[in-house]
Amino acid sequence: MTAETNRPLLRAEGVSKFYGRHVGCRDVSFELHPGEVLGIVGESGSGKTTLLNCLSAQLEPTAGHVLYDTRADGLTDVYRMSEAARRLLMRSDWGLVRQNPRDGLRMGVSAGANVGERLMAVGARHYGNIRSEATDWLSRVEIDADRVDDPPATFSGGMQQRVQLARNLVTRPRLVFMDEPTGGLDVSVQARLLDLLRGLVNDLGLSAVVVTHDLAVTRLLAHRLMVMKGGAVVETGLTDQVLDDPQHPYSQLLVSSILQP
Amino acid sequence: MSVVRGYNFAYLDEQTKRMIRRGLLKAVAVPGYQVPFGSREMPLPYGWGTGGIQVTASVIGPDDVLKVIDQGADDTTNAVSIRRFFARVAGVATTERTTEATLIQTRHRIPETPLAEGQILVYQVPIPEPLRWVEPRETETRKMHALTEYGVMHVKLYEDITRHGRIATSFNYPVLVNGRYVMSPSPIPKFDNPKMHRMPALQLFGAGREKRLYAVPPHTRVESLDFEDHPFEVQTWDDVCALCGADDSYLDEVIVDDQGGRMFVCSDSDYCRQRRDAGHAGHGGPSDLETVERGTP
Amino acid sequence: MYVAVKGGEKAIDNAHRLLAEDRRGDPAVPELSLRQISEQLSLAVDRVMTEGSIYDRDLAALAIKQARGDLVEAIFLLRAYRTTLPRLAVSRPVDTTAMHVHRRISATFKDLPGGQVLGPTFDYTHRLLDFDLAEPSAEVPEAPAGSPRGDPVPRVTEVLNREGLIAREVADDPNAPVGDLTREPLAFPADRATRLQNLARGDEGFLLALGYSTQRGFGSTHPFIGEIRMGEVAVEIEPEDLGFAVEIGDILLTECETVNQFKGSKTEPPQFTRGYGLAFGYAERKAISMALVDRALRGRELGEEVVAPAQDEEFVLYHSDNVESSGFVQHIKLPHYVDFQGELDLVRRLRAERDAEAAQ
Repeated sequence: MTAETNRPLLRAEGVSKFYGRHVGCRDVSFELHPGEVLGIVGESGSGKTTLLNCLSAQLEPTAGHVLYDTRADGLTDVYRMSEAARRLLMRSDWGLVRQNPRDGLRMGVSAGANVGERLMAVGARHYGNIRSEATDWLSRVEIDADRVDDPPATFSGGMQQRVQLARNLVTRPRLVFMDEPTGGLDVSVQARLLDLLRGLVNDLGLSAVVVTHDLAVTRLLAHRLMVMKGGAVVETGLTDQVLDDPQHPYSQLLVSSILQP
Repeated sequence: MSVVRGYNFAYLDEQTKRMIRRGLLKAVAVPGYQVPFGSREMPLPYGWGTGGIQVTASVIGPDDVLKVIDQGADDTTNAVSIRRFFARVAGVATTERTTEATLIQTRHRIPETPLAEGQILVYQVPIPEPLRWVEPRETETRKMHALTEYGVMHVKLYEDITRHGRIATSFNYPVLVNGRYVMSPSPIPKFDNPKMHRMPALQLFGAGREKRLYAVPPHTRVESLDFEDHPFEVQTWDDVCALCGADDSYLDEVIVDDQGGRMFVCSDSDYCRQRRDAGHAGHGGPSDLETVERGTP
Repeated sequence: MYVAVKGGEKAIDNAHRLLAEDRRGDPAVPELSLRQISEQLSLAVDRVMTEGSIYDRDLAALAIKQARGDLVEAIFLLRAYRTTLPRLAVSRPVDTTAMHVHRRISATFKDLPGGQVLGPTFDYTHRLLDFDLAEPSAEVPEAPAGSPRGDPVPRVTEVLNREGLIAREVADDPNAPVGDLTREPLAFPADRATRLQNLARGDEGFLLALGYSTQRGFGSTHPFIGEIRMGEVAVEIEPEDLGFAVEIGDILLTECETVNQFKGSKTEPPQFTRGYGLAFGYAERKAISMALVDRALRGRELGEEVVAPAQDEEFVLYHSDNVESSGFVQHIKLPHYVDFQGELDLVRRLRAERDAEAAQ
């Protein structure tokens, strides 16, 4: 793990989200330090995606705060920022990888344009440079340079997911949110993507919050784990600890329900 | 032509004109910003220039001299119709000469003759939102303007270059006004974009159906979006105007027979006439088949 | 004592009598003749013929009269009549290039062979109510001669085609029979001929709104009106035992061809694409709308992203027919007592259970 500092990159303070009387997530608090990868696991309906949306400034919590260590102002409540500052944060210092690449990509424009969009959004105005940087990032996610001008609609699901990754990483974000990044992919494709993800996280010193129902994903990627049930966190700890010696009955059930490696 | 009875000067009532002028003042104060306004139903259909007509009706006075062009020409049917409309409802003097006009309403062109301080150019605008092609929702585009989120405009240009080797937008080419707002220049050919830059005349834009006004005050910066290594360029032709020999004006292609014969003539009929009056002449005949528009090099 | 509602027959008879009375209006006012409708409400007749998909001015006028001017109702009447007619022959494709043109305009070229012919258009009228028309007028001054044009008028798309600038349109098999929507149900994906047939019969307002939505960015196709032409064309049939074509009459048609955004890639040269609209009579709004929607519906075959309503074949083709939609939308005013009774009972039960739980 890369060096942790004392100051967290992201801090959740009592984050709760209610949909009327229904609980999305309740009273979630944690800190995420630079270079750290946090896995959030739980079955469908456990509130993990609601929590991810709250953390990534897409869904304002009913109660609680989400603070991020901005480059300019230090720890700042993301829901108290101006919308301009928040949107800038989301397209530069943050990344968001969605489960369905169609939601995170422009399917009708080239892979190069998809990756270059963030550069153009922050002011890049040299076509040649944008294209070569896009090509470079595509090669880092193992997409051949000769596909840079093809639209993602012509790519396989695994490739689309890798384009989405490159599109997010091109502005060198410090924090990436991932929602079931390997969901919907074949097992062999999943393994390759996970391997790639792990390499990138290490090389770039990325921090990440990864939501998944797949414990294998967390074992490979996450340093720490949060287990959610019914909108609440029932157990939290180092990944190996939680997976090898789960304390909460629900965690035990979850771990026992998958094949051990 | 006699002035029609039963209607206020220039058709609109004075309250409406004041409302539109207030909108225009705001538009001038924030160059390139689209000001929503209470567009009225006009006696011409949407798409015919109801926005431009409302702007003209709001700023025209009895002493104004009006010129109306469509596709650069005064004799196109819609230009004739709008000119007649104002002759009927306002009784103002009309002209075909660019230099004589105080007010010029246009659809799809900027006159070749440079405009001067004191003149007003009124554009008819079908779709005022330059971001519409990348984002159909108004709520989102307004936010993008407010937050200066214009990166996606360059995605479109990027894609053009990737696909065609060049920027493949030939009209309605988006501009950045005063370094702040991305604006639609209306569907003028990109050939005309440079004329907008620091133009001494006041440029007013009216979109009736979409209910928006915007403006470029005199001498304002207007830059066409581009890339450093693919700079904005305008159209050029291999041929000159068959009638007046102009090599610096926007040319219309006219098909002269059904064997594919064609010739090129000035789109700006007043400019062409001025040149012919001054003794210039073109070759008069059809062009070779090969001399189709060359586009940007 | 309560007596259950009965007497439906009598009610219907009375309703029809009332309808007939209202249709006639004040008997002191002279009754409309079909000829008056056909001559003076000719654009209404054109619309009813187009969407009723039968070219017969007298029948359309009758339908309009019977429907009290409700054009969708008139279309319905005409369709219901049409379906009873025997099919004696199938015409050869009409040749609109040989049209006897009353109007022909192009928005893409300032001038072209055959010229720009405005014809009888509203386009440049000022929409000021003409109170002179409120009273029967004297003679209408004769319009200047010179139209219609006789000589063949070449098509704008052909001019572009000569340079290879516009995608060619060739039927897969020109001899294959054209499907008939009135005989076979829709199947997806629908071929272009079927789509065009559906659009030709489709509701003008629906197509107008869809076409408009493409112009506002919901499935943009960047259209130019290459050409609109309106005029008479000859209809020919080729009786089997004769072996050659015979002309059976002329019909008035409005045709619109759009020239749309080009596509291209590193391997394919850029080319314009086309949209097509055709309507009986003088029905320009319909023909243009149809061409816009036709082009939008070609998104899939042209490799475009299909995201907007106008590009969605099922959405468009299933909802375009106003006889279908008018019927189904309005059918909810028919009795639904039984279904509703079921719902009513269910809601009462659920509420009762809840109250009982709360009371415990």
